[in-house]
Amino acid sequence: MNERYSRQELFTPIGEGGQALIREASVFILGAGALGSAAGEMLVRAGVGRITIVDRDIIDWTNLHRQQLYTEQDVIDQLPKAVAAEKRLTAINSDVDVTGIVVDVTPNNVLDLIRGHDFIVDGTDNIEIRLLANDAALKLGGLPFFMGACVGSYGLTFPIGIKEGQPCLHCLLEILPAQTMTCDTVGVISPIVVTTAARQVADVLKYITGAEFTPKLESTDLWTGERASIDVSKLKKNSCPSCSANPTYPFLSARESMRTAVLCGRDTVQLSWPENRKFELDSFAESIRGTVSKLVHNPHLLACEYGGHRLVLFRDGRMLVHGTKDIVAAKKIAAGLLG
Amino acid sequence: MTITIDLNGNSHEIPSDVGNVQQLLENLNLADRILIVELNKEIVPKDAYDTPIKDRDQIEIIHFVGGG
Ligand SMILES: [Zn+2]
Repeated sequence: MNERYSRQELFTPIGEGGQALIREASVFILGAGALGSAAGEMLVRAGVGRITIVDRDIIDWTNLHRQQLYTEQDVIDQLPKAVAAEKRLTAINSDVDVTGIVVDVTPNNVLDLIRGHDFIVDGTDNIEIRLLANDAALKLGGLPFFMGACVGSYGLTFPIGIKEGQPCLHCLLEILPAQTMTCDTVGVISPIVVTTAARQVADVLKYITGAEFTPKLESTDLWTGERASIDVSKLKKNSCPSCSANPTYPFLSARESMRTAVLCGRDTVQLSWPENRKFELDSFAESIRGTVSKLVHNPHLLACEYGGHRLVLFRDGRMLVHGTKDIVAAKKIAAGLLG
Repeated sequence: MTITIDLNGNSHEIPSDVGNVQQLLENLNLADRILIVELNKEIVPKDAYDTPIKDRDQIEIIHFVGGG
């Protein structure tokens, strides 16, 4: 068995010593979509000790061209991404302790989810959750956060928290975008996913094995051939609410009752109920059996069609309303079914 | 009339009426994005987007996107 990592150990900057450090690493992958899939596969193959991978969504046909951990059967079974990712990553390397968690990461649960891991790999699909992860990483004592994002043929990476005096994500994003490009609006091709995740994982391996490097904001467009690499050290802000001497961690304090979100690339609205409302999926399935069509009920979720939309309910108090980006319409549909 | 700049590693022609960083961003349809701009290896702060652009300048622009 222990030939397994021999080619990685032969790579001088890693060596047997580096491999032992990789083996000790405990990784948190935030999001099991395209980047999370690609990074997760590289990291289990590299032989990290432990991976926790979290995601709120289920696998859809529109994911399969770029989300490399998933198969047609996973779509047919309507598996949550975190469940299918755990299964596939464990099949690739059973030495790694892999845990998939189906959950929407929020200000309420983010610290508990991440605590105990060595660093965070970004597999998310929007800037708000990246800023939440950035705050959480800083609050937990400055865990590294390997940011990555991509749409179209364009991707960017930025490793945060690996060197003193470097800016955090919030330092770079003074003004929050009203709207950023998403996979929904401009699409995405798989080569940029793999390229972006490869950069993130290369930085992870350098960090784990103690290589000296200056973190840079880097971008690549695989279609136009443009690339950029900017040393952003000077953008560190002494007044940053997230990483200054007296941080307020603003993204950790946003607590609302009913949360809503439009999911990237999915034509889907997510409704999240407050934590005290848990769905009893079994009894719920019985009560709506006559009202809805195409009811699917597995240990992780309940899916059905209602009012012209496909609905998916998760045990942790969330509903996805597919076929709309209209939050008000989605709330109306949920109210129609849940009363 | 055009001037030629090096934009993210590619040679790029822009009309010569694009005279400063702000006008370049507008020309590239990037003005409403969240960006980091570097001109000849120095980051250009937002309040200095009126910095002139000359022929042969080396410019790097990284814009933030949501997906992943
Ligand atoms: Zn900061």
